[in-house]
Amino acid sequence: MNFDFSDDQKLLRDQARKFLFDKCDRKSVRTVLDDDQLHYHKELWSQISEMGWTGTAIPEEYGGLGLGMLELCVIAEELGRSLAPTPFSSSIYLFAEFIKNYGSEDQKKKFLPSIASGEKIGTFALSETNGTPKPSNIKTKFSSGKINGYKSPVSDGESADFLIIAANSDDKGNRNSLSLYIVDLHENGVKKTSLETIDPTRPACSINFENVEAELIGEQGMAWDMTENILNRAAVLYSFEQVGGAQVSLDEAKKYSMERFAFGRQIGSFQALKHKMADMYVKIELARSNAYYGAWALSTDSNELPVAAAGARVSASDAFNYAAKENIQIHGGVGFTWDYDCHLFYRRSKLLSLNIGSTRQWKENLISNLEKRNIV
Amino acid sequence: MDFNDSQQEAEFRKEARDFLEANAEKRSIISDKPNDKSPQIAVAGAPETVKGGKEAAQEALERAKVWQKKKAEAGFAAILWPKEFGGYGGSPIQQVIYSQEEHDYLVPSGYFEIGIGMLGPTMMVWGKDEDKKRYLPKMITGEEIWCQLFSEPSAGSDLAGIKMKAEKNGDEWVLNGQKVWTSGAHFADYGMIVARSDPSALKHKGLTYFYLDMKTPGIEVRPIKQISGTSNFNEVFFNDVRIPDCQRLGGEGEGWKVALTTLMNERLAVGDPPGLDFDQIFEATKELEVEDGLAIKNSEVRQKMADWYVQSRGLQYTKFRSITALSKGQTPGPELSISKLVTASKMQDVSAYALELMDSAGMVHHDQNPVLKNLFQNGYFFSAAMRIAGGTDEVLRNIIAERVLGLPQDERADKKVPFNELPSGKN
Repeated sequence: MNFDFSDDQKLLRDQARKFLFDKCDRKSVRTVLDDDQLHYHKELWSQISEMGWTGTAIPEEYGGLGLGMLELCVIAEELGRSLAPTPFSSSIYLFAEFIKNYGSEDQKKKFLPSIASGEKIGTFALSETNGTPKPSNIKTKFSSGKINGYKSPVSDGESADFLIIAANSDDKGNRNSLSLYIVDLHENGVKKTSLETIDPTRPACSINFENVEAELIGEQGMAWDMTENILNRAAVLYSFEQVGGAQVSLDEAKKYSMERFAFGRQIGSFQALKHKMADMYVKIELARSNAYYGAWALSTDSNELPVAAAGARVSASDAFNYAAKENIQIHGGVGFTWDYDCHLFYRRSKLLSLNIGSTRQWKENLISNLEKRNIV
Repeated sequence: MDFNDSQQEAEFRKEARDFLEANAEKRSIISDKPNDKSPQIAVAGAPETVKGGKEAAQEALERAKVWQKKKAEAGFAAILWPKEFGGYGGSPIQQVIYSQEEHDYLVPSGYFEIGIGMLGPTMMVWGKDEDKKRYLPKMITGEEIWCQLFSEPSAGSDLAGIKMKAEKNGDEWVLNGQKVWTSGAHFADYGMIVARSDPSALKHKGLTYFYLDMKTPGIEVRPIKQISGTSNFNEVFFNDVRIPDCQRLGGEGEGWKVALTTLMNERLAVGDPPGLDFDQIFEATKELEVEDGLAIKNSEVRQKMADWYVQSRGLQYTKFRSITALSKGQTPGPELSISKLVTASKMQDVSAYALELMDSAGMVHHDQNPVLKNLFQNGYFFSAAMRIAGGTDEVLRNIIAERVLGLPQDERADKKVPFNELPSGKN
């Protein structure tokens, strides 16, 4: 059994960690947090791109490094640890994966090189209203080569150049009515409106489409299947980001509890706090192991992916949400000040657990996929 | 990443599988076999309770001994032990592989684990050559069963608070006091015991470690009836029990150090806790009806099931990470320390929730129901014990906090004071 990353992948992780420690300190994160006009950290983005991270899992023929999904998992964990304020997930886990997996040869040639180089940014738009997206509440329409409709929230929409969008190609409003299209967001008829997110370092906007030119990607009527698959793939990568963020939340809680004294002793010597941190550790280890399994399924194109991805996602959301909220609790009063960093993790944890579908929804996915598999 | 065995591992697995296939019966997720251990927790040293009283218990013990002898002859009884004592001379990864394979079969368990896993290794480190030659081979074959006499009424989580008196009298020791939670004392032939030889020394300094014959005059074993109605543990009373000094392991006052050797092997001894998990309740939800149809179709049920699934598989994959380290010849990280903590509470939650799903029928033991049997009713009681046995949830959290996370130790009142001056409450 070899249920671990390779030495090369671990080396990549160490390099990424060191790089982000230098280039993505909390000051960089706060630059984006504190400035409404700034949607991501441009300098960090270009450095990350120069390192080739954006092209990690994109084949060399399309300008990427041609490494695998495991390498991307390793990088995702480090991005999560550092709270990197970049559109990496939207552009790489979602947009690039759609093109890579479902794009025509022409589309791959057209889009992947500039995404791999970080020069262009892509994202994905599904939801239009509050609540769980489902075929019947997608109202955006495609006809005669044009998109009309509304999407919200669209993560990294304001920074994005390209968009994969789910739209109806007929009026039936069922699963097979939906297709995916690629939109150039610089086209006429695109109107973006800023939204304030619970984590401004991961912004979103709403977008109106009025007769916007679009091209089909993948098979007509297959939007839902393609989306499920790409969200499963992304869920594994998100879970690594979440494990990374959870681990740092625990590390910082621990550090503070050893520096802070009350009643004449380190607060980290009180069992009430120790047990809380032990519980964080338990959740993080479970999440890490589930994420590893997801990574295995992702990297081997296993049939297990739907179950493995949902398991990784549910476990990682639980771990990061718990670690981030209890990190505030362990810090006490300073934990809910703007100056201390606890809220950066609290914001990110909740945002990440909602971004590609809520934990509730992923739990439902998990059980329905288990039923489908029918062998547990 | 892959889940494949190396060639060597695959060969060993085949060897184990061939042996098991030829000698044991496979078990299913939920089996109606009376001796299926799946509905229960096979705590090391606490074999499942056998219905039918003393005679049936004796029969079960004999069956276990027969099985153990076969297993020993095939070399699988003590994979980690050196060959000179009848072991396999194998590696931790081989132990893991064998346990994985055996897990799928209905075989007796709970009788020999403490001896082979914990007490034997202690004797290997601290015993004299003639002791090792005399006792270790029979420990493996199951001809002689051993028990561990550590806990006392006032020494549980705080194990070093032992009060059992050991007074030296010539080249004999006289033991007086009481042990408790002794698994298997009622069928064990020998035991290992820690006692207080110097009450005026500091708590951890005044202990001495011995082994003894359980038939020594003055030893009285009384079973403890648990909330499950079964008796897996005993109280053991010592009334002027005389044992020769040559049965001492380690020096006088060195008992704590020797006990740590035993306890360090505990993690290896306690294998896969089989029993109630996601798979069992998943099966049950496909049978049970709630207000809006089958339980598995109910959204609240599905949400809960997902939580248990990720806990259950999370533990399994955590084990895979440790096995990977073992397979590379490395020492696993501390990640497995979460295992019992998660398993016990999960079992308690799963059981209680399954009873909820049965609604008022959950009040009743379902001996006749071939699917559900007493699975969840039993689990409801067993899990309460499991959260305490082998380290309470709270002690396990302390261990994770202090040893894994490196958080400061709690302030302690018992560090610099002679044992007999420590406040000890009612006891």
